[in-house]
Amino acid sequence: METLNFLLQGFAVALTPENLMFAAIGAILGTIIGALPGLGPANGVAILIPLAFSLGLPASSALILLTSVYAGAMYGGRISSILLNIPGDEPAMMTCLDGYPMALKGKAAEALAISAIASFIGSLLATVGLVILAPVLAKFALRFGPAEYFALFTLAFATLGGITGKNQVKTVVAACLGLMIATIGVDITTGNQRYTYDILELYEGVDFIIAIVGLFAISELLFFIEMHAGEGFKKVALNKLKLSMKDIIQVLPTSLRGSILGFIAGVLPGAGASLGSFLSYTMEKKVVGKNGTFGEGDPRGVAAPEAGNNAAANGALVPMLTLGVPGSGTTAVLLAMLISLNIQPGPMLFTQNAELVWGVIAALFVGNLILLLLNIPMIGIFVKLLSIPPKYLMPVVTLVASVGIFAISNSPLDLYFMIGFGLLGYLLRKLHIPLVPVILGMLLGPEMEKSLRHALTISDGDWTILWSSGLSVGIWVVAITGLVLPYIVGPVLRRRMAAAQDKEHSIVD
Amino acid sequence: MKFPAVKTLIATATFALAAQASAFEQSRTAECIAPANPGGGWDFTCRSVGKVLADLGYISGNVQTVNMPGAGGGVAFAHTISKRGDDSALIVAASTATTTRLAQGQFVGMDLDMVRWVGALGADYGVIAVSKDSPYQTLTELMDALKADPTAVKFGGGSAAGGWDHLKVLIAGRSAGIEKANLPKVKYLAFNGGAEAITQVVGGHIEAFTGDISEAQGFMESGDLKVLAVLSEERLPAPLDGIPTAREQNIEAVAPNWRGFYVPKGVSDEAYQWWVDTMDNVYTSDNWQDVMQKNGLMPFHKTGADFSTFVKGQVDSIKEISTEIGLIK
Repeated sequence: METLNFLLQGFAVALTPENLMFAAIGAILGTIIGALPGLGPANGVAILIPLAFSLGLPASSALILLTSVYAGAMYGGRISSILLNIPGDEPAMMTCLDGYPMALKGKAAEALAISAIASFIGSLLATVGLVILAPVLAKFALRFGPAEYFALFTLAFATLGGITGKNQVKTVVAACLGLMIATIGVDITTGNQRYTYDILELYEGVDFIIAIVGLFAISELLFFIEMHAGEGFKKVALNKLKLSMKDIIQVLPTSLRGSILGFIAGVLPGAGASLGSFLSYTMEKKVVGKNGTFGEGDPRGVAAPEAGNNAAANGALVPMLTLGVPGSGTTAVLLAMLISLNIQPGPMLFTQNAELVWGVIAALFVGNLILLLLNIPMIGIFVKLLSIPPKYLMPVVTLVASVGIFAISNSPLDLYFMIGFGLLGYLLRKLHIPLVPVILGMLLGPEMEKSLRHALTISDGDWTILWSSGLSVGIWVVAITGLVLPYIVGPVLRRRMAAAQDKEHSIVD
Repeated sequence: MKFPAVKTLIATATFALAAQASAFEQSRTAECIAPANPGGGWDFTCRSVGKVLADLGYISGNVQTVNMPGAGGGVAFAHTISKRGDDSALIVAASTATTTRLAQGQFVGMDLDMVRWVGALGADYGVIAVSKDSPYQTLTELMDALKADPTAVKFGGGSAAGGWDHLKVLIAGRSAGIEKANLPKVKYLAFNGGAEAITQVVGGHIEAFTGDISEAQGFMESGDLKVLAVLSEERLPAPLDGIPTAREQNIEAVAPNWRGFYVPKGVSDEAYQWWVDTMDNVYTSDNWQDVMQKNGLMPFHKTGADFSTFVKGQVDSIKEISTEIGLIK
């Protein structure tokens, strides 16, 4: 009941004309960002953070704008999957499997509409899940002391590679790189400086927003230059939409199952949206795909991963808001933004910044509705955007990113850093070292170190404090499982994913 | 109460300059550097004062807030000294965090005499608080426990070790009579912000919170936190007048985190005086009193020579206590 009251108050915040406008702008920008191949959600949010700052938006409006971008990107990812057979972002990968064949059969509009409805259901249910679960978890999270947090951060790192992660060693290398960058600056536990070489700009460490924009956006630009992909992509033409109520009802059970599975995958740290969509798709194939229509353009094969990845995206907000531990790259970026706005995520967020949190949650509901309305009648416009040649698009993105970074601090040094991180990102991607662990390392490293040192200060240097409570022991067990499991289950899962993709390619070729 | 005294002081000190002071013409637009990212206290100081300056017509154009984060204000301090030495249309936001870092020599090669201190327009006072189920009911009880065993109470706060929140505990502890040798043994856990530290206190993982009243107010109203003492000279205005001061409990500890400004060293005396007079007028204006009311800023006002003396005194006393506990050698 209390929750319902808060939620109503949240709607009062989200439904002010100004915030409604920001939600709509965010939803549109997000859909575009998600639809354009290469510009993932993490990227999109990262580029817009500096912009939100330089506009001097109040915290709630800035957050509403950016969470709408986040939600919109999850919707947008499917557009290029279906029309180009190139996922707009990683979680939309599974949508290619049945979406593109549907488009080839001349049912592109239906595929887009069904996936929009499935995305809506996934997002909606997961937001309901967030409303129910987050306050409960927030109360519980008070029991987290430094020792428990240390175990939790270890868990986040241990599961970083994800169950589908290919090369654990490369993930570890990337995370260590992030941790190393994170040690730069004043050590808050002792007040000493580390690796600052008397350069004043380094005292507060390296700003992770600069690192994110550099690693993702600038490296993307470098990749683009290398590929000379000057022209737009070839895409399937859009037909006139003929969608009956029956078609929608047909995909409803699939969407519901996909949403629930996706939400659970999202709440678990490390798993994220990609796993959510993958699990939903494979489960649905097992449950209803016995006659082998999956992979040949089955509408349910479009609905399942879309419901799954949208649900997972909102599910990932639960640990981020209540514990301050992000479950995916994009939530890590959102966390960075919260910290920059001087809002401390954690158990107290729901009592201290109730208006803000519930405003954002309400905005997710509103944004979701806007997205559904945008994505069915106005889909043609987004599709047109896909034909903008990247040679025009990438410079604009880079310009927006650079202006935004400079506007936050007015420091040219930050721009050099951004370019430096761009080069680093390019190099790492060439070496197939994932970028998200670098960001998480930078973001979580100082927290993890602080937790460990706090725990040891409390216990007078006795290390057993780290596993002295039932809660921390539980987290350690999950962490170790998360680290070991990929070696056992990973090869199996990867073979299945590869098999599914091979099958799809055989259709395309 | 202090206010007329300041006025008189300024009036006498600047009597000779009065004619020239009125001759000084401020430029149409001004700039306020907030030495941190948007959203923090310095950013708030710049934006709110900037708005009042423009609304009241002291600056005919607008006051632009420029964020210059880095080194806890050090980047902006260096920038002011090296690049803006005589810019009379520039003010830079500062607070007790600035004086703390100056005192501890964290702005390498720079000291407080390299800029001119204009004035403070309000303060946030220090508090020491415990969770609602804590056995400690008064600051005296808490300090007695520390006297018996300096590790008995672990404090959490939002500044780095040796920072202002940490120093508040030590200032109170010293006044309460904790032995000098035992002061460095008092445990302080540094968090990223007041809220994070309070969460740990409410969760029962550490015993006490040290921070500002603005950080504690929400948690106090929700009943999670019990504020044992406010480190102000007198009780705060309602609705916070129920909190006893440390002085009432015979612990002479006053810790204001003031919000104010400095200007470059090289500005003319007329320009400096213009800023001092303007800040006096801003402080008494309804617009500013309204800002203070809405944002929980407590009365605290010093300008000109009075403020410069105060800043010097604060730096000296922070230096002294930091040396005592071994933070600076």
